[in-house]
Amino acid sequence: MSSPDGTEPPGRPAGPEPKIEDLVDETGPALRFDALAEETDDDGRRTGGTAVATKDDSKKELALGPVGHLGDRLFSGLAHGSGAVVILIVAFVGVFLLALAIPALADNNSNFLFSRVWEPGGAEPRFGIAALFYTTLISSVIAMVIAVPIAIGVALFVTYYAPRRIATPVAHAVDLLAAVPSIVYGLWGALFFAPILLPVINGLSSALGWIPVFDKAPGDNVGVIFTVSVVLAIMILPVVTAISREIFAQTPISHREGALALGATRWEMVRMAVLPYGRSGVVSASMLGLGRALGETVAVMIILTVPNGNDPWDPSIFAGGETFASKIANNAAEFDSPEKTGAFIAAGLVLFVVTFLVNSAARLIVARSAPGAKRPRRNRRAGATEGASA
Amino acid sequence: MTAIVENKPAYDGKALDLTGRSGARAFKNTLATVLIVLAFVIAIIPLVWILWTVISKGYHLLLNAEWWSQSQRGITVRREGGGAYHAIMGTLIMALITAAIAVPIAILGAVYLVEYGKGTKVARAVSFMIDILTGVPSIVAALFIYAVWITVFGFNRVGFAVSLSLVLLMLPVVLRSTEEMLKLVPDELREASYALGVPKWKTILKVVVPTAFGGIITGVMLGLARVMGETAPLLILVGYSKNINLNPFEGFMGALPTMINQDRTELALQPAADRVWAAALTLILLVLALNLLARLVARFSTIKSK
Amino acid sequence: MAKRIEVSGLNVYYGDFKAVEDVSMTIEPRSVTAFIGPSGCGKSTYLRTLNRMHEVIPGARVEGKVLLDQQDLYATGVDPVAVRRVVGMVFQRPNPFPTMSIFDNVASGLKLNGVKDRKKLTQVVEESLQGANLWNEVKDRLDKPGAGLSGGQQQRLCIARAIAVEPEVILMDEPCSALDPISTLAIEDLIEKLKDRFTVVIVTHNMQQAARVSDQTAFFNLAATGKPGRLIEMGPTKQIFSNPTEKATEDYITGRFG
Repeated sequence: MSSPDGTEPPGRPAGPEPKIEDLVDETGPALRFDALAEETDDDGRRTGGTAVATKDDSKKELALGPVGHLGDRLFSGLAHGSGAVVILIVAFVGVFLLALAIPALADNNSNFLFSRVWEPGGAEPRFGIAALFYTTLISSVIAMVIAVPIAIGVALFVTYYAPRRIATPVAHAVDLLAAVPSIVYGLWGALFFAPILLPVINGLSSALGWIPVFDKAPGDNVGVIFTVSVVLAIMILPVVTAISREIFAQTPISHREGALALGATRWEMVRMAVLPYGRSGVVSASMLGLGRALGETVAVMIILTVPNGNDPWDPSIFAGGETFASKIANNAAEFDSPEKTGAFIAAGLVLFVVTFLVNSAARLIVARSAPGAKRPRRNRRAGATEGASA
Repeated sequence: MTAIVENKPAYDGKALDLTGRSGARAFKNTLATVLIVLAFVIAIIPLVWILWTVISKGYHLLLNAEWWSQSQRGITVRREGGGAYHAIMGTLIMALITAAIAVPIAILGAVYLVEYGKGTKVARAVSFMIDILTGVPSIVAALFIYAVWITVFGFNRVGFAVSLSLVLLMLPVVLRSTEEMLKLVPDELREASYALGVPKWKTILKVVVPTAFGGIITGVMLGLARVMGETAPLLILVGYSKNINLNPFEGFMGALPTMINQDRTELALQPAADRVWAAALTLILLVLALNLLARLVARFSTIKSK
Repeated sequence: MAKRIEVSGLNVYYGDFKAVEDVSMTIEPRSVTAFIGPSGCGKSTYLRTLNRMHEVIPGARVEGKVLLDQQDLYATGVDPVAVRRVVGMVFQRPNPFPTMSIFDNVASGLKLNGVKDRKKLTQVVEESLQGANLWNEVKDRLDKPGAGLSGGQQQRLCIARAIAVEPEVILMDEPCSALDPISTLAIEDLIEKLKDRFTVVIVTHNMQQAARVSDQTAFFNLAATGKPGRLIEMGPTKQIFSNPTEKATEDYITGRFG
């Protein structure tokens, strides 16, 4: 697991990283081989193969068959079965959600994608996701915009700025943020954090209020999209930090020394070696954070005020609203008829697709431009063969 | 520069400036350092604040034995007393059922990906499906189980339905971490075992999995920690009960997140507020205990391998 | 260009462990000085103290004096960043910045120092690449990634990158150990050329290489495992290889080491 240039990345979080020598020592499993070899499997067939056969008696015929032990077949069947279960589960999720959403969508008297009304019950159901989509996306994107720079800062602090003695506890402390359940974030956000955001909200809206997105209705409502975004930012911070930290720490020491040997300052070293190396990792971490924010339910539900049904739609981030997830959770009591349930399931399906797209984008980015690590490796191989031309 | 000097003077006389860089570079470096430290401070503030809020408001109820042994039966929002036993048990029961279903599938699935299916189309399909599952928001998992369990089969809202939806959330976490751990087991170990005539399944069970055991347990713990804090499936798939109900197949069931949710609208009343924060603290402690356990297992297993 | 290095009474520690003990030597300008010795004898560690690169490793510290034309590199008020600008370094494995083109790799040091003028950059990049015997091979693909070159070319790219900032001294830490013999030859030719302009210090495990390229040779050894490394003897390469004063040096050079 060492990086391609053979140097050990610093500060890698402790994880089992078995080395061959370590595993083959006395305490490792290597010793068990002899024990295993002399065991016989369930049907009494010798599993030890030649090692055992030659040891006990050369007159006996060697047990070389049949191909495929019962145990092997059973176990392989179980493993394959589990793979199949995984595929089936996801297929079922898709099929069931679609199957229940389609009848409701067929009865819908409104444009599902572009309408902002949500009246799924009654004789003439009308519902559309435009408002939900807008609120979900804008709250999550703002959360990402706030969280990512801070996460990068914390990750750099832990990897290249803080002394070891401080870095490790800090890393653990930020991980601790991930252990706080989202409902606790929601409560804290609504009761304690939102009030101190009021001056920020008022300040921003009075400065930028001429843009509709920053326009604010009179009153001291802090249960607004902006508040949700800040709390979501705090919630996704640990994830983004953890991934960025890991990728930064893996920057090969040769890249960092290359920069330092040119007389780079610490920041210049970070800019020349660490950030380029970790860029794709940070982007994918941000996307994963975005995915989390999009699907967050309870914290949003607690903080965000639901606008009165008769109010005109307000695009401002200083207004209330509902996201896909909070809408579904708020109305769990209304799942009394298949039509209504179908409407919510259709909304859930859209959320599913959006998070899936975001997560796929993250994976694509990682696969495309894998952190510097992959490139030099390929080129070193090329270098070895081309060496003669140099 | 290219001129070759024949006679080497002792020193070329020109003193170098070694005291520092240009002002702009030094300034940028300092600015970056300040910003990075600032980011750290900003990140630490909410952590400290949240923990302080929950601990200071919730700790005193946790000191009563009552909290750990009694339910909220018959206790109204205005009244003090009662405990969280029903909710703790509910959370643990649902988490255990979830683990009982998800862990075997996850470990076997990972074994399939690493040991059997490597490079095949099916394995790629399984891997892709895991990626999809990883991104499923908890509310969507809950909706799916609602669609199957209640809308299609017509069953009631019970704890087991919650466990089923949590399986969807836990499965990818455990499967991925197990897969990573199995991949770390060097091929030489497998080959050494095969060379002794040990069949593949025994090689996997007695050599590969034990080598990766610490990491697998860590993954399970982290997966459990994740599902225990989930609230959305509880809201949709089981009603909150103030009474002790240990049967996941019948009736409503208490759980810590729903216990918080139950009283959060009555925070103006002191007894309700106390219970909310105490339940929150209990939940954090449970999740944290699992996280710490996971870390301990990880540390223990690394030491062993060294 | 090119300055004399005078080291006196230098000790290097990693935490409590003394890695190098009491080294004093003078490295002449416009010459190649080779450090040889068995693995773990502290020669690379010592080399790194000449431009304070050892400070990258947490817990590493130094006692003693390193004078660059009478200026103490460890005096208070001396910035390690400025030291490294003056004393460049080439590493064991070629380490071009993977995200930068060939051009940007060579220009990176200049850009750090605020040179933005494209004309000046182009000129220095060409001069440096020519100085590193690489110009003819890469002049048509300056905008291609530096990591796309062969190992030997990458190493010469790193040398071009080091000389572009016109340092006084170039330190090379086993620059050929990751290269095949033909690329090694190219680097050795280049070292011969570099000493016209710079003070060159090279650490090598390859004694033929030391004999081929260096003017002065310093032999490092350690008394036993766990003991600090020390300078055994230093002198003109010819003399060290033909008539060393110390027994240990002779044993090492003739392969009777250990």
